[in-house]
Amino acid sequence: MSSLLEVRGLRTHYSLRGSFLDRLRGREAGSVKAVDGVDFSLERGEVLGLVGESGSGKTTLGRTLLGLVDASEGSIRFEGSEIAGLGDKRFRDLRRRLQIVFQDPHASLNPAMTIGASVGDPLRFHGVASDPDEIDRHAAEALERVGLAPAAQFMNKHPGDLSGGQKQRAVLARAIILDPDVLIADEPVSMLDMSVRAKILELMLELKQELDLTYIYITHDLATARFLCDRIAIMYLGKIVEIGPKAEIFDNPRHPYTQALLRAIPEPDPARTVPRDLPPGEVPDAVEPPLGCPFHPRCAKAFEVCGWESRDVRTMLEAHWTRLPEPEYERERELFGDLYELDRPVGEAVVPAADGRVDEVAALLGRLRAESPDDPFWRGVAELRTRDGGVAVRFHEGLVPRELAAGEARVQCHLYDEDALRAAEAARAS
Amino acid sequence: MNEPLLSVRGLRVWYGTEGRPVRAVDGVDFDISAGETLGLVGESGCGKSTLGRGVLGLLPESAAVEGQVRHRGRDLVGIEPRELQGMRGPELGLIFQEPMTRLDPLLSIEDHFLETLRSHEPELEKDEMRRRSIEALAGMGIPPTRFGQYPHEFSGGMRQRIMIALALVLRPSLIVADEPTTALDVIVEAQILGILADLRRNFDTALLLITHNLGIVAEACDRVAVMYAGRIVEEGTAGQVFAEPAHPYTRELLRSIISLSTSWRGLHYIPGAPPDLIDPPSGCRFHPRCPNAMRVCPERDPVPLELQGGQRVECWLHGPEEDIPAGGKEPLEREEIALAEEA
Repeated sequence: MSSLLEVRGLRTHYSLRGSFLDRLRGREAGSVKAVDGVDFSLERGEVLGLVGESGSGKTTLGRTLLGLVDASEGSIRFEGSEIAGLGDKRFRDLRRRLQIVFQDPHASLNPAMTIGASVGDPLRFHGVASDPDEIDRHAAEALERVGLAPAAQFMNKHPGDLSGGQKQRAVLARAIILDPDVLIADEPVSMLDMSVRAKILELMLELKQELDLTYIYITHDLATARFLCDRIAIMYLGKIVEIGPKAEIFDNPRHPYTQALLRAIPEPDPARTVPRDLPPGEVPDAVEPPLGCPFHPRCAKAFEVCGWESRDVRTMLEAHWTRLPEPEYERERELFGDLYELDRPVGEAVVPAADGRVDEVAALLGRLRAESPDDPFWRGVAELRTRDGGVAVRFHEGLVPRELAAGEARVQCHLYDEDALRAAEAARAS
Repeated sequence: MNEPLLSVRGLRVWYGTEGRPVRAVDGVDFDISAGETLGLVGESGCGKSTLGRGVLGLLPESAAVEGQVRHRGRDLVGIEPRELQGMRGPELGLIFQEPMTRLDPLLSIEDHFLETLRSHEPELEKDEMRRRSIEALAGMGIPPTRFGQYPHEFSGGMRQRIMIALALVLRPSLIVADEPTTALDVIVEAQILGILADLRRNFDTALLLITHNLGIVAEACDRVAVMYAGRIVEEGTAGQVFAEPAHPYTRELLRSIISLSTSWRGLHYIPGAPPDLIDPPSGCRFHPRCPNAMRVCPERDPVPLELQGGQRVECWLHGPEEDIPAGGKEPLEREEIALAEEA
């Protein structure tokens, strides 16, 4: 039997407008690769978590599935028929079956409308009912179903009269009133106080049982995902880097990024201190994601073939300078030319030296390499060679990770790829 | 015993009109010593942000303040605004949740630092200002190569680091950080909390960390104060409070945390919603939601008590016995809290 939802090779790129001058010069402004090649399927009745930090593309992925954003490439099949690229009109019918709940319950409800009118509105909009009494009756039923009972107490209230948790209940009532198949919930509890989150999550599970729903739960919070989800997809820079059953992801995380995310979550245990062995830096820009594996610049386990490139040289130098006393930094910085030249991603970088200082730059890079040869960055360097105006850094050839089966999960990481490990060994030997 | 760096006694802050004031902070006592991190936790609307601002004298004109905020023995309540302004920066630092609203988009990071140092330490040579600024930034993990860049060239996490460095460059003795990592991703949050923890070790800086996240308090704070409806209902070392919460609110709040180590069976929430602060419940403000409420609770204000080990709590469950009228310890009879009343 086919999956309820089948997503293959999905990309959603937002093109940047760029400045007037750039366009005049005919320069491409590029695009934000918010979702950058994603495959997964959703089975009827399951809860799939899309987990990632901001900029991971999880929200864009959710919106693309609903047709709120156009897919740039790839396929989304709903019960076997293609829905990517459907026009707005045709998608409208589909939207009765695919509903979304957003993060901010305050912004999701029209402050000028009564709760009853807001909750009943989809019936009117989709032409399911037009009789006001009938709409009210359905709205009241939906409100009671989400625990806003007796509904008569809430029908004529405005969003401003409700607490955050009550508002999110009302939003859920509106989402289920058309009897959808799939509910996409984008951070539905992250704006709520700790003391009420559990209640909303429980309500979501009750609704799922009663109404036979399938959920996609979008969140940055692995702890709530653990409660709600059957399977979890970990997203990083537009890609699903690891996907699998909940138990596999939590008990046996394989991708170094998943491992780091799990380590970083604060636990209410005073015996623990803030973890120190976390990836440095932040999620990079999705306009020009890192070459090779998108996580390689922050990965402590990265090695020869992970996709090292020019921008990593700059990151390495900056990290080194951040540790130096200021006068020493100034002395070293003088040796270099404009480091912005390293910002164009290439597999062989030329580190620009100031006039006549090529040898000193070469000596400095050589020293840094000798100090930490096993550092992921230096493992990626095949050769340092002086040339006109600077030092050329040639990297081992990078590979783009492919999705591999690992236990019951699937992971995109070279550590689990025999071919990549062999290529790295060959690179070391050369 | 050493005098604490900051000592707050009987602090009250009201907002609004004479007739129906919002009692956001309603009689609060606490101390912070040099090099200590005190976590101030509570749900939204409990008054924790108002308390943080009250300590720094950063309340709007419409707020009325009463009580004592003694910093190095000097009372900051009622001090000349100009004088307090002069202390903010070199003595009292502040870190907010939204860094972008505090950085001037037209000034480079260098300008921000030089301006701060010039206004508070005008005697410094320019080279020295530059050196101190770059080192403060490096301490927060911002490379010196980015000193000349503008706020928009940095990510949200970087901007928050810049804000912290900007507070630290003046080496204040006390920093109030109001949800400093709430807008950030979990890995960046942990990086920043790690740096804040180093601070107190390296510079003996005292930190009042205001947060709703109990996980952060557990990992990053020495002591914790739990706030409910304008009062600190419990205070103690993080170890004490997490292991043996004395106040039912603390206990219920801890139980409602959803963390990686909670199981489905442990899923829990607190019925009802926090009260409005215009007309809070009588007696103990938590009594309408409290599973342990007794007859005395709505009738009399609980008395602050110090338990063994220095943990402080305001709850009739801990006495004092002599103040509880006969029959006062019987369970409080009341209507079930309807779901409709929930938060």
